[in-house]
Amino acid sequence: MAIDTRVAPKIKHHDEEYKVIGTRPIRHDGLEKVTGEARYGSDINLPGQLHGKVLRSPHAHARILGIDASGAEALDGVSAVITSADLPDPGDKLTTGGEAPGLPVKFKSANMLARGKVHYHGHAVAAVAATNAHIAAEALKLIDVEYEVLDPVLEVWDAMKPDAPVIIEDLYTAKADGTTADEPSNVAAEMLYEVGDVDAGFAEADLVVDREFTFGVVHQGYIETHNATANWLKDGHLHVWCSSQGAFTIRQELADLLNHPITKIHVVPMEIGGGFGGKTTAYLEPLAALLSQQTGHPVKMAMDRADVLKATGPTPGGYVRVKMGVTNDGTIAAGYANLAFDAGGYPGSVVGAGCRCVFAPYNMTNAKVEGFDVVVNKPKTHAYRAPGATHAEFASETVVDEICRTLDIDPVEFRLKNSAKEGDWQLAMPPYPRIGHIECMEAARDSAQWQTPLETAPGKKRGRGIASGFWFNIGFTSSVIAKLNSDGSVTLLEGSTDIGGTRTSVAMQFAETLGIPVEDVDPIVADTDSVGQTDVTGGSRVTFATGLAAHNAANDMKEQIAEGLADLWDVAADAITHADGTFSANGNAASVREAAALLEEEGVFPIGKNTVTPTREGGAFAVHIADVEVDEETGKVEVLRYTAVQDAGVAIYPPYVEGQMQGGVVQGVGWALNEEYVYDDDGHLLNASLLDYRMPTALDVPNIETIIVEVPNPGHPYGVRGVGEVPIVPPPAAVANAIHDATGLRMSHLPMSPPRVQAALAAQA
Amino acid sequence: MATEILSGKVHVQTTINGEQVDFLAEPRESLLEVLRDHLGLTGAKEGCNNGNCGACNVVMDGALVNSCCVLSVEAAGASIETIEGVASPEGLHPLQQSFLENAALQCGVCTPGFIVAAKALLEENPNPTEYEVRWWLAGNLCRCTGYDKIVRAVLDAAERMRAEA
Repeated sequence: MAIDTRVAPKIKHHDEEYKVIGTRPIRHDGLEKVTGEARYGSDINLPGQLHGKVLRSPHAHARILGIDASGAEALDGVSAVITSADLPDPGDKLTTGGEAPGLPVKFKSANMLARGKVHYHGHAVAAVAATNAHIAAEALKLIDVEYEVLDPVLEVWDAMKPDAPVIIEDLYTAKADGTTADEPSNVAAEMLYEVGDVDAGFAEADLVVDREFTFGVVHQGYIETHNATANWLKDGHLHVWCSSQGAFTIRQELADLLNHPITKIHVVPMEIGGGFGGKTTAYLEPLAALLSQQTGHPVKMAMDRADVLKATGPTPGGYVRVKMGVTNDGTIAAGYANLAFDAGGYPGSVVGAGCRCVFAPYNMTNAKVEGFDVVVNKPKTHAYRAPGATHAEFASETVVDEICRTLDIDPVEFRLKNSAKEGDWQLAMPPYPRIGHIECMEAARDSAQWQTPLETAPGKKRGRGIASGFWFNIGFTSSVIAKLNSDGSVTLLEGSTDIGGTRTSVAMQFAETLGIPVEDVDPIVADTDSVGQTDVTGGSRVTFATGLAAHNAANDMKEQIAEGLADLWDVAADAITHADGTFSANGNAASVREAAALLEEEGVFPIGKNTVTPTREGGAFAVHIADVEVDEETGKVEVLRYTAVQDAGVAIYPPYVEGQMQGGVVQGVGWALNEEYVYDDDGHLLNASLLDYRMPTALDVPNIETIIVEVPNPGHPYGVRGVGEVPIVPPPAAVANAIHDATGLRMSHLPMSPPRVQAALAAQA
Repeated sequence: MATEILSGKVHVQTTINGEQVDFLAEPRESLLEVLRDHLGLTGAKEGCNNGNCGACNVVMDGALVNSCCVLSVEAAGASIETIEGVASPEGLHPLQQSFLENAALQCGVCTPGFIVAAKALLEENPNPTEYEVRWWLAGNLCRCTGYDKIVRAVLDAAERMRAEA
């Protein structure tokens, strides 16, 4: 079936009409990306540069007894070898900025280069700089590391046992009540959130469903591997080129890790080949910097794919228990959830975010949610697109489906009846502002897929599932500097790395506010010396927060233009009106272009600027429908048809909103059906390649139908809600519920890979 | 000793995007390394370095190959087309235009590989079905788009090219 989603259905819950917003211009950076001219981090080569490589631990858990690098140092072409002894001792300093401030720098430092112990297979132990990458790779083999191998602990349920090997010997649990544990353990932190009276709620319930779920580790799977090039000048100025989700965050981490003044660090954001949360922190940058300092040459480093899978920040595996009680009329009476996530080798998993999302689509009057951040012998985990939400809502949306089946209530009606809405309780946050879960559910109910009966086929097990998803989105800090050029065009400097079309979605908001065509705006992602503080591209925040900074900068520019014209026209600046891109007063009128020319003659060149830290990001909801076919022989699940509905607030740049939805769905389907880190009992990662860590190809998925719902976010002048993350949240549950519809099986582990489905089918028979 | 043999440089003469090119390379270097690091043709990307992702796709003597899996010395006497040779002085190739108009890229790092691969498909099969496009492009990984808009862009370009032919 051919379904045209090129201009997707859009369901507006507002009356605003815009000139630029909602249109489909060609993105500003598109040309360079289709011709191969765009410069990503690894595309830079500096005169005299050396190449760096990292030696990684072959063990999941071991004490380092000694490192002898003399063999490597003696190899022709090798200029330097560094270990953790070359990194400053961070003492008790805590991290600032980034996605997770307040963590001990010592953990981040030890993750850069292992200090005393290795915590996971692939943990960096030493780094080499040589005249080329091949010599650097040879040199790694000549570094002799003596290890005392220790028992690894790989899963949270094992790591939480009282007799588990303790990975960080001075880690004391930060308890939910603010106290600290007396004995060290692998549990870094506990959290607890409550509303109402959960025991009373369950006592009122006619049906209680209580299920446990487990999760493999998954990787963000960006196609570009991590890279960094550093040039440490003799006066201490450090220049770094890298592909990161946040140049300012890398600058801060370099300052923290190297004890180096921020003013001497200059980070240039190159184009970035995907991130999804996995490029929000430094791995190679500090090593390249140190190697450059020691050798006096620029040093370029790039991971290979095995390094990326072994030693960057995949997203946690772990455990989620969800218990929900309902009355016979289908009203949720109470909910309890318990989440324990892998932090990996050092504290700091995304379990708190999972806690916030687990019951988010529903109006919960009695709820209790507990979270545990657990250190295990796997790579230090990181954010991955709506981090934590996918695990949490896979569990709760599967339980909701089971409740609907048991009570014979339509899953759409159940969700509409119990949906969270404006004013309802929200975990760890003020009550919900205006949100669009009900509107998304209604749009899903009315969609072509939901309204078309599932196509059956003789002898085939097919089923349909539906699931909701929520992600809270993030504000953080963004800056824009916009320069009016003498021809009326605008050069717009922003600090947000553009991972998927945000140059244009930011420029469109600027253009809308100033009243000029978006083609007259030239958006540039600037380096850390050239634009104001800007946090990572993450939390679905760029079109929201950097867009807001652009809107504010356009208003600032408008005021400056009016002030300039006021002198020329001999009127008060506040007597000048601005509408549809034209300034007028007293019979005078000038378009932005005309104004720019007039002001140039006066030597006036307006620069609109703004730095903003908005907090009213508004939550994003999605509802997805999946039709699947389950192969009874192999256990393979094929997605036949898929519809994604999402509240975008207002879709600034619709083709790229659809693209985020479609991309999120396919990542979610990969997570649902196939992707998983495979470890042996000793903690060795067995599938560190893109052949064995098998992500969806074009052949594995159908076209993804999209429906954009617009319930404007009251916290943004154009109603923007972040769109990038929530589309990964519903797919595993939608697919699981479809598998149940097809087979009667309730799958409780992600991924629902062919061997697992096959085993479940066999057990069922 | 093996190292010395492998690191000794070999003179290779080849044709890239219609122009004769000479380079010195170590036999252990891949064609991808030579393109990127010696010749400054950085449009082909390294995503996996073992033939699983297609980001380094080039056409060599008419065959679509992963340049990370071709040794530099194998380029001797060959004719190679890279992403840098896809657009002409007159303008973009219809596939490039179609990728832009269909929003068929997000981060863009896989895009050169997809365009090179899709061009090879359309030269072999100017009127592919959606399934044929998906089958052909299954050697190219994209993590951003979910493939929907890429597949549409290729079908759209095929239609434009048939109309122009």
